[in-house]
Amino acid sequence: MEDMLFYDRMQFAFTITFHYLFPQLTMGLSLLIVYFKGKFLYNKVEKYNDAAKFWMKIFALNFAMGVVTGIPMEFQFGTNWAKFSELTGGIIGQTLAMEGMFSFFLESSFLGLFIFGEKLLGHKLHFVTGFLVFLGSWMSGYLIIATHSWMQHPVGYEILENGKFVLNNFGALFSNPWLLPSYLHNQLASLVTASFVVAAIGAFYLLNDKHHEFGRIFVKTGVIFGFISSVLVAVPTGDLTAKNVVKYQPATFAAMEGIFHTEKGGSEIVLIGQPNTLDKKLDNKIAVPNILSFLTYQNWDAEIKGLNEFDEKDHPTNIPGLYYAYHIMVGLGTIFIGILFFAVVQLFRKKLYKTKWILWSLVFLLPFPYIANTTGWYTAELGRQPWLVYNLLRTSEGASPTVSSGNTLFTLLGFIGLYLLLGMLFLILVGKMINKGPEPIKH
Amino acid sequence: MELFWYIVLVTMLAVYVILDGYDFGAGIIHLFFAKTEKDKKAITNAIGPFWDANEVWLIAAGGVLFFAFPTLYASSFSGFYLPLIMILWLLIFRAIGLELRGQIHNSMWETIWDKAFGIASLLLALFFGVALGNIVRGVNLGIVMEGVSTHEAHYFFLPLWNPTFSPQAEHLGILDWFTVLLGIIGVVSLAIHGANWIIFKTNSSLNNRLKNVIFTLNFVLLGLVIISLFVWHVIEPKPFHNFITNPWLWIFPIITFTGLLGLFKIKSFKKDGYGFLFSSLFLFGGLASTVASIFPKVLPSTNDVNPSLTIYNVAADEYGLNVGVYWFAIAVVLVAIYMTIQYKVFKGKMDDVGYGEH
Repeated sequence: MEDMLFYDRMQFAFTITFHYLFPQLTMGLSLLIVYFKGKFLYNKVEKYNDAAKFWMKIFALNFAMGVVTGIPMEFQFGTNWAKFSELTGGIIGQTLAMEGMFSFFLESSFLGLFIFGEKLLGHKLHFVTGFLVFLGSWMSGYLIIATHSWMQHPVGYEILENGKFVLNNFGALFSNPWLLPSYLHNQLASLVTASFVVAAIGAFYLLNDKHHEFGRIFVKTGVIFGFISSVLVAVPTGDLTAKNVVKYQPATFAAMEGIFHTEKGGSEIVLIGQPNTLDKKLDNKIAVPNILSFLTYQNWDAEIKGLNEFDEKDHPTNIPGLYYAYHIMVGLGTIFIGILFFAVVQLFRKKLYKTKWILWSLVFLLPFPYIANTTGWYTAELGRQPWLVYNLLRTSEGASPTVSSGNTLFTLLGFIGLYLLLGMLFLILVGKMINKGPEPIKH
Repeated sequence: MELFWYIVLVTMLAVYVILDGYDFGAGIIHLFFAKTEKDKKAITNAIGPFWDANEVWLIAAGGVLFFAFPTLYASSFSGFYLPLIMILWLLIFRAIGLELRGQIHNSMWETIWDKAFGIASLLLALFFGVALGNIVRGVNLGIVMEGVSTHEAHYFFLPLWNPTFSPQAEHLGILDWFTVLLGIIGVVSLAIHGANWIIFKTNSSLNNRLKNVIFTLNFVLLGLVIISLFVWHVIEPKPFHNFITNPWLWIFPIITFTGLLGLFKIKSFKKDGYGFLFSSLFLFGGLASTVASIFPKVLPSTNDVNPSLTIYNVAADEYGLNVGVYWFAIAVVLVAIYMTIQYKVFKGKMDDVGYGEH
């Protein structure tokens, strides 16, 4: 039984991690493409239209990857988590079905028009189709996070005698206090990824001494959007999300911060250190006293509960993993704000395009927003363990009862092979598009 | 309410089969009949702007199944685990075959993705037919062994095949001669359907040849359908029971045969879209007749210990089903608007759309 659950979890973790590399770019990038196209409509400068078209191609490839890796996610609730689906389908099925009906149809219908329809539609309608694609992708995010929020903080339900969760308040799914901060946090984080990608390609062009005009547009747009979104990811949305964790999942918060024991007189914030789950302490830690209490409760001496206050069977199952995921996310977010702050300063001093170290940093930072987004999701998901539905349904009770580990490992290996292939193809093709660059303006 | 959502679900699946069905069919035609680069271009142009939106019907139908009939979703998706995951892999190959082919101009690269698109489409058509076969044949619910359930009454698991390939064996498999027969019907009918779509949407030089292909394949299809009707009693001794008690249901078989027989006139149709209309009737009628024959069952039990799954014992609770009607009604209107716009913009012949030219 144990290994069945292990492979089910590995397969979901692997396929969702790979999948989310794509939507996190498409959600943010759709906004930037709408911005480029809108700017073109406003100032009639042709190169903004070319910029929109260039990113549209990369968007289209990303979108296709997101779609093909996304369908397995919906299927896997049933294939690998049948018991969970049976018990909660009446509730999470609502939001997942709504995603299909409201956002996937919108996105897929208008993406075709957006990609093939510029000549047929004219620029204004072309802009509208781009906007609708953006709307569809952000609505998709909303409905997924609504589903996620219900699992983190279940609302509007009752549990029948046979263990089934039934919905008794549809509106509660959307007024869930977990939803709005998480949604905005996630969407802004997606904008951070897209901004870094756009800035990195711009910096790549400038450092390579080609496509100068596009290089400058991309760096400028990426840096400005990136800075604003990086700040908003931390404050207020990240802060509010963390406060929800403190309030509704205190054991999770203790593990995220590496607090094994409740401390009197205020909690320190740990910057670096290794959780030692054997001795229940942090090794080699570097910490600043009282800051965590202040950040959490605006009170330097507030008490934050340690893991010792909770029953061990309700502790997050992977405390070190959760701790590292959270710290990597926060650490990277801080670095992003720092670098982008310098970039914005240089931009306003009109020196950014000549400041080599920032351009090089932008190129090398490209993978890191992906890592920050991924570890952010790991924080949320590992933090919810050992529960599927927080405090109500354990992960061990949700797996498919009749699918053996041999079958799950078979499909997991298949997914690994197939996704490695997809990843390589994607990198080759995107590399080719980027190297070729946007169409030259006019000959 | 259960009945309402059941009709919604079947309708959505039928729309999926008709829409993505022409993509699969185009893939099969592409695999066997497209010889020149111009033929291939015509085919991918005809489906390029649509396939992605068509695939959404599968996701949306899956979502409705999940929310309205969670127990059926859980039971069938875990029980048909391997074929479902393989369908996912095939959908991936179909998609990247279409999307990646034009990205690099190299004949090996193009050959690989042509074949990926064609073979994946062929296997998907086969698998969807096999899936329908499995649903009407039923499964060993509760995995009953020697008269005792070894699992909860609504769970099961099927391997891909059993050594006898018999739909009456004690240990069933996904593939047996009956389900494979329906799979082949799926391949042939979707090949016809895809060919009709290509004729409808292109001025390709293929079109006249395709009319001959459709005419020939239609004989094959008629033969297969007749065979399947003769052997149907093997999996269901009283297949016409529902039709006798509810005579209005005969409309579905009548639609099926109208579509099937009408296509024999393919060479004399005045408009290019008529063929597509008839193959759509066949697909819709065939699917509706099949599920109507087992109604209200949605997954029959092959043992005497556990009851079949019906729309009534797998549905979500009343409140959820009621509240779903409101948002679903809004969504359907929106989807109708999107599709109208999409098909208006890409109306008529698609030879110049330039799909896959980056």
